Amino acid sequence: MSARIFSTCILAAAFTFSGVVFAGDPALTLSIHDKQFEPKQLALPSGIKLKLVIRNLDGLPAEFESSDLSREVVVPGHGEVTIYVGPLDPGNYQFFNDFNHEMQGTIVAAPAVKKVN
Amino acid sequence: MLATAVIMFREILEASLIIAIVLGASREIAGRGRWVAAGIGLGLLGASIVAVLANVASSEFSGNGQAVLNAVILLSAVAMLTWHNVWMSSHARVLSAEVKGVGLDVQSGQRPLTALLVITMVAVMREGSEAVLFLWAIATGGEQSPNMLIGGLGGVIVGMLVGMLLYFGLLRIPARHFFSITSWLILLLASGLAAQAAGFLNQIGLLPALGNGVWNTSNILSQSSLVGQLLHILVGYIARPSGIEVVFYAGTFLTMLTLMRAYGSNRGRQVKAKINPD
Repeated sequence: MSARIFSTCILAAAFTFSGVVFAGDPALTLSIHDKQFEPKQLALPSGIKLKLVIRNLDGLPAEFESSDLSREVVVPGHGEVTIYVGPLDPGNYQFFNDFNHEMQGTIVAAPAVKKVN
Repeated sequence: MLATAVIMFREILEASLIIAIVLGASREIAGRGRWVAAGIGLGLLGASIVAVLANVASSEFSGNGQAVLNAVILLSAVAMLTWHNVWMSSHARVLSAEVKGVGLDVQSGQRPLTALLVITMVAVMREGSEAVLFLWAIATGGEQSPNMLIGGLGGVIVGMLVGMLLYFGLLRIPARHFFSITSWLILLLASGLAAQAAGFLNQIGLLPALGNGVWNTSNILSQSSLVGQLLHILVGYIARPSGIEVVFYAGTFLTMLTLMRAYGSNRGRQVKAKINPD
């Protein structure tokens, strides 16, 4: 079992349990660095509500926006914000920086448990 | 430079169209110009304060605070648009009774001038704060900034021109259709704003999503296209809405329509009762 599949299993387990235990919603991080989103393709488990931390490592403010997700939040330069995402159906969801439309990315939601099998 | 113009155009468009609609719809109300102008001024002031807060304050404000503020702004606009529309629907009946030569003393209660002020203020404040932040970012960012500032200014001017086009278009509507067309415009506009508010409250986990992607018409009409964005502002078009957005849209639409009908017909009966005191 490769390290990647293993970590997916752990993540999947963590997501599954967090729904029950709710010690704090699972969080993923999206960075803004050198006028790019990192990662540009953000994989996350479908069917689960989770926190998305958007961290701006650049000095310029950015506005994380997604019409697919109805999300819109200003991320100050050298700042970070946290929003909720989901529970999402499996599929692709575009997002972009409304202050710089060349910065784009995709959230790819897929069933987390399926990968384990 | 062109990219900057497009971004500023998009930021300014929503406020511009909203102001055009309320200015058009309230053309019968004396003194509305001053109230709308005051609303724009207060909105710009508020936008600057929000922009500073969003950029310097702790991450607590910049995440949850932004969303709560946006939701409050949008919902107060919805409330004020409702008041405006309900007032107008009753006023329209009294007016038409007067036109028929009945000679009623029109005492229409408090005119919705405060509503005009608040709607204008929050519309300017919401999109304006983002415009201010964006301009601030480019003004402090590098050698290209003079060109980009000119582009930004161009975008603002074009956005305002589109609003003026809509305003003068509304004024050309024949008088007999005017009330119904503008009140439908406001009804759809307010429903769309309520759906946006639901999106913000869901973003910070205060409301459940109730399913995402109730439908997905991104392929037919992308929300980021110009037509898609215009329809998003004017009638609340969402290409891929969540359940809670649909609920807020429908709820606002039905509530407002019911209030307009109820209040409008009540006033109508009162007028008739005054005319025929048998």
